[in-house]
Amino acid sequence: MPAKISVSLTVNGAATQLSVAPWTSLLDALRDHLGLTGTKKGCDHGQCGACTVLVDGRRINSCLTLAVMKDGATVTTIEGLASDGALHALQQAFIDHDAFQCGYCTPGQICSAVGLIAEGRAKSTDEIRELMSGNICRCGAYPNIVRAIQQAMGQA
Amino acid sequence: MIDFQYARANDVADAVRQISADPAAKFIAGGTNLIDLMKEDVERPARLIDISRLPLRSVEATPDGGLRIGALVPNSDLAYHPLIAQRYPMLGSAILAGASAQLRNMASTGGNLLQRTRCAYFYDVATPCNKRQPGSGCSAIAGLNRMHAILGTSDACIATHPSDMCVALAALDATVHVAGPAGTRALAFSEFHRLPENTPQRDTNLQPNEIVTAVELPARGFAANYSYLKIRDRLSYAFALVSIAAGLELEGDVIKEARLALGGVAHRPWRDPTVEAALRGQPADRSAFARAADVMLRDAKGFEHNAFKIDLARRAIVRALTQAAAGTPQSQSNKKIA
Repeated sequence: MPAKISVSLTVNGAATQLSVAPWTSLLDALRDHLGLTGTKKGCDHGQCGACTVLVDGRRINSCLTLAVMKDGATVTTIEGLASDGALHALQQAFIDHDAFQCGYCTPGQICSAVGLIAEGRAKSTDEIRELMSGNICRCGAYPNIVRAIQQAMGQA
Repeated sequence: MIDFQYARANDVADAVRQISADPAAKFIAGGTNLIDLMKEDVERPARLIDISRLPLRSVEATPDGGLRIGALVPNSDLAYHPLIAQRYPMLGSAILAGASAQLRNMASTGGNLLQRTRCAYFYDVATPCNKRQPGSGCSAIAGLNRMHAILGTSDACIATHPSDMCVALAALDATVHVAGPAGTRALAFSEFHRLPENTPQRDTNLQPNEIVTAVELPARGFAANYSYLKIRDRLSYAFALVSIAAGLELEGDVIKEARLALGGVAHRPWRDPTVEAALRGQPADRSAFARAADVMLRDAKGFEHNAFKIDLARRAIVRALTQAAAGTPQSQSNKKIA
């Protein structure tokens, strides 16, 4: 079996050292090695978006990323969005608009929306829906998710 | 996933050295397709050579008015690049028609060219597939072939190439720059992807020890009159049933130059120079577009579940050329087809 590889990450502002096998996905590293279980494993094939996190400020599917390839990167997960006990504007907006039912897709939806707002490409409802299409909500909370994102965009 | 060794390449020459030294190794860049295939046991590399840190991330204007795109430029960066928006909006539109925002942030330009088919039988290791296991047979020919090819198929394989970006690159006459042990070479885009024939295991003419370093676009960008029209089962985040990259240069109402490439219908982006030649000098109207569509699809052959694609492609060609001629390209956010 190949030796484990040392990986340095800054996760939610904290410098972190990991020792992982090469095939460990960033998703598994976050959940199983760092105990950050807010990031969800849905399909594990990049089709559902539940595993969305921000790496160096960009939203990606952590299930299709090898942890060893992200040595030196800065990662933000759902656990890293609130600051000083105050919810991130998107977290509050999801509550305000009841933008979830079961909640399993929500961490990915919110991290994806953080990326979406940072990208600044979405203005209209159509554009929000299109650029959030990588995040599936099987409860079908899409109309409220779009409203929550619009609220947070208005505050950004 | 299987055990594998992991190594980084320091530069392009080192990448070529490493891949040449180990036939069981593969390059990894964005990983969006390869890691998925490894999870499915379709790809089983003994070693991954990480090329994601190589300095191949620039987009540069070339002296002859074209553009040279580094192989590691992420799909999203390329789609939104100011020079793409200004000079090659067909390419930006095609990229944004594919995958999701997250995947486009990860996926590289070179990797997009080298992604494998999404044929369900290629992915299912319990079924025969000549592309995955040469000589085992094709499960799609008499199977669930709704998503499969209607042009350029063989008795060995009816898979399609899944890329949207590559359909626009084909229409734009891109060149693929590669490096190998013997040095560098350039392949015309039409020479890059292969038809299945009796070797469907080979998707491209890239040699096993070569690396894609850049994709180059010539000056001609069809920025005024283009469209990328993608027809699929969902409005977003789905592979094409049929997609059309159309570009026109007009003199008044007369076609001076035409480009037409189809996605979702063949083992590679489908272009036919005779169709484009026949469009030159014609009025840019529906009857000329309909004739072009008929010629483009003259050899199309449907299978049990995908024969609908022939008529769908015919109509989509006419629509995309009409959009291009009118200067009203298909929006990739408002999906109403005008």
